[in-house]
Amino acid sequence: MDLINIRKAKKVYKTGVTAIYDLDLKIKKGEFVFIIGSTGCGKSTLIKMLYREEKPTSGQIIVGGIDVAKLKNSKVYKLRRQIGVVFQDFRLLEKSTVYENVAFALEIFGAPKDEIHKRVIKVLELVGLKNRLKSYPNQLSGGEQQRVAIARAIVNGPKLLICDEPTGNLDEETSSEIMDVLDEINKLGTTIIMVTHDRKIVKKMKKRVILLDAGRVLKDYEEGTYKNESI
Amino acid sequence: MRVFRILGRNIRDSFKSVFRNFSLSMASISSITITLLVVSISIVLSYNVNNFAVLVEKDVTIVAFIENEATDEELKQIEEQINTLQNVESYEFQSKEDITNDMIKSSDIFKNIMEGWSLDENPIQNTFLVKVTDIEKIGDTATLIGEMENVAVVKYGEGMVEQLVKVFEVVEKISLIMVASLILVTAFLISNTIKITIFSRKTEIGIMRLVGASNLNIKIPFILEGLFLGILGSIIPIIITSYGYMALFKNFNGQLFSPFIKLIDPSPFVYYVSGVLILIGIFVGMIGSWRAVRKHLKI
Repeated sequence: MDLINIRKAKKVYKTGVTAIYDLDLKIKKGEFVFIIGSTGCGKSTLIKMLYREEKPTSGQIIVGGIDVAKLKNSKVYKLRRQIGVVFQDFRLLEKSTVYENVAFALEIFGAPKDEIHKRVIKVLELVGLKNRLKSYPNQLSGGEQQRVAIARAIVNGPKLLICDEPTGNLDEETSSEIMDVLDEINKLGTTIIMVTHDRKIVKKMKKRVILLDAGRVLKDYEEGTYKNESI
Repeated sequence: MRVFRILGRNIRDSFKSVFRNFSLSMASISSITITLLVVSISIVLSYNVNNFAVLVEKDVTIVAFIENEATDEELKQIEEQINTLQNVESYEFQSKEDITNDMIKSSDIFKNIMEGWSLDENPIQNTFLVKVTDIEKIGDTATLIGEMENVAVVKYGEGMVEQLVKVFEVVEKISLIMVASLILVTAFLISNTIKITIFSRKTEIGIMRLVGASNLNIKIPFILEGLFLGILGSIIPIIITSYGYMALFKNFNGQLFSPFIKLIDPSPFVYYVSGVLILIGIFVGMIGSWRAVRKHLKI
């Protein structure tokens, strides 16, 4: 079953720049998909439209049964509750502890305290940060902060995890650890879409790879078929 | 149950937030404190001026002097007529004997002169002292009384009373406008300060949206935070107003410059003012936060 179904999506910014041209794309439940391409090819715009940070100018984008193009501003939270997002710059609440940062995503639903505690501990265990509950983000390394961000993104069991260059700020070893965590999450059933520049990671993971160029899908490599291409 | 849990967490988070963003909170709190102090001073001033005006207005009396030839029967008629006038709050009859006796008692000089008078020689006249409900219509009422039969002369401090009434009216209007505009300015100033402090937390709002917080989820903690800031900001003005006014009242024995200008009794006056201050603080704090957050939710 398709989790994401994009048909003839087009995005023209107010400045007149067209970022995405008539893009068609289907992503199945449980897939792990890399989106690669040179700077300005529309990667960021594409995933921003998936979590409705941007609206498509025309066309249809359906994520988990929700038509993103028709989603009202005040109803965006309904989509966001099905999606976890991880960024290059982590975006943690600086003045909250690791535990609070992760628990926050559950508290807004009004979940009972015991359940929140159970789930936060479980997810922090999964990303390997069970012993840093009371630390503040600035007391953590980059890799650890990214793990907290991943924990926050998956704590409410989203169908889809969107990662925008999650390893962009990390060294090779830490990046590899983060990729292990993401792979683990994917194996537990969460669909993952990851934008990256890091070709080493893409090669190593042997997943489906979508190559964008000038707002269009240039190539769609099946799982494991991506080799060291020039772009 | 769920709603209470969410509300409880909102209260906890907004309280924490006040302390975690301490320097920004202090900016908002001190701006609330300073403006509320000015508001409080103007409330105290304008209420006292008003109170003074009311007291003076209460003191104004129409004095109607009755012809000496008037019989008891005719005096009764006058009394009945005064009684039927609409603008009359109360009246009192003073016979010439009462007035003479009072004056003799009050001073030896009067005593020496007046004791020699026979009943016919006594130039003092029977009088009615009339207090009115609406001081602005005192002139009309005085004319009506003056037109009654056997009423010789009517006095009420013509000219002066009208001027006084005009002055009080102007003072009242000015003080009302001042308080109202001060409250507006306060609201604007504070909401802008809070807006700036919240602007610095744009990322936080972005993250809240990202993890699936609805607009209401985001607004409520910020609005509650504004409420706390309002309460915290009104503490110092309340203390200064209450103790300051009580000290002032005590120091001047409840009157300013002359016994004529009476200050309002501090109790319950300062409690009312404190209540008003805390309400303005809360209102303005909440409005400020709400305005500020709303801006960041239009994405």
